[in-house]
Amino acid sequence: MSNERRLRVKTLAVVLVMVVCANVGDLMLKRGMLQIGAVQISGSGVWRALLSTIHNGTIWLGILFLIGFTFCYMTAVSWADYSYVMPAGAFGYAIQTMLAVVILHEAVTRQRWVGVVLIVGGVLLVGQTRPSTTQTKVAGT
Amino acid sequence: MIRVGLMLAFFICCSTGGEIAMTYGMKQVGEPGSFRPLVLVKFIGRAMSNGWVWFALPLLGASFYSLLILLPWAPLSVVIPASAFNYVVGTFGAKYLLREQVSIKRWVGVVMVCVGVTLVLLTGQN
Repeated sequence: MSNERRLRVKTLAVVLVMVVCANVGDLMLKRGMLQIGAVQISGSGVWRALLSTIHNGTIWLGILFLIGFTFCYMTAVSWADYSYVMPAGAFGYAIQTMLAVVILHEAVTRQRWVGVVLIVGGVLLVGQTRPSTTQTKVAGT
Repeated sequence: MIRVGLMLAFFICCSTGGEIAMTYGMKQVGEPGSFRPLVLVKFIGRAMSNGWVWFALPLLGASFYSLLILLPWAPLSVVIPASAFNYVVGTFGAKYLLREQVSIKRWVGVVMVCVGVTLVLLTGQN
């Protein structure tokens, strides 16, 4: 496998894990907050909500996934261009729509499908460019 | 209106500035030599001792909170395209601050993603 191809596969694999972590993390946070219920905007209400979030396993799982997202993002930009990783990460919006249709059987508007097609097309275009156009150093083992 | 404009500018500066500072810091740290657990732990340790990474984190936090402040101030039809516009501003930052070579193909891809994200997020709010 050529160096550039190896770099592209490595970058896209890390970006894919990054997108999955971000989406699952968001989903877990949303589910956890639904379990807790609406937060009352008052001193005691916010305090109660804080205690509930600390004791909620789903929220901790969400936080773990979001830490995974941050780690993947930092790893990807350590060798790949920011202008390559950033738009590729938008692929998550397309995955969210697909999941909404396939799993939740939600109706999706034509406008949203146009958005998904534009995102997928844009990510494919960016994906065809060289992942790294600046000098990268290897931090050692 | 001036208040919304200023907050939008603040949000875009913090968001793009934070991500560019993070990228600059991580380029200094360098890529991990392998994906073995011990190598990755050392890699995280090196990243956490980089000043640019620490400069980026509060900026990213500020961008998150400025977006939360913006949401009740301005209609979503303004806030969402503005946040998607980050892709374009970020690409300018990558080209002129990080010295990345942004080809026409990448520019077209970024603009398509920017418009696509706007459409998806706007319809998601309906």
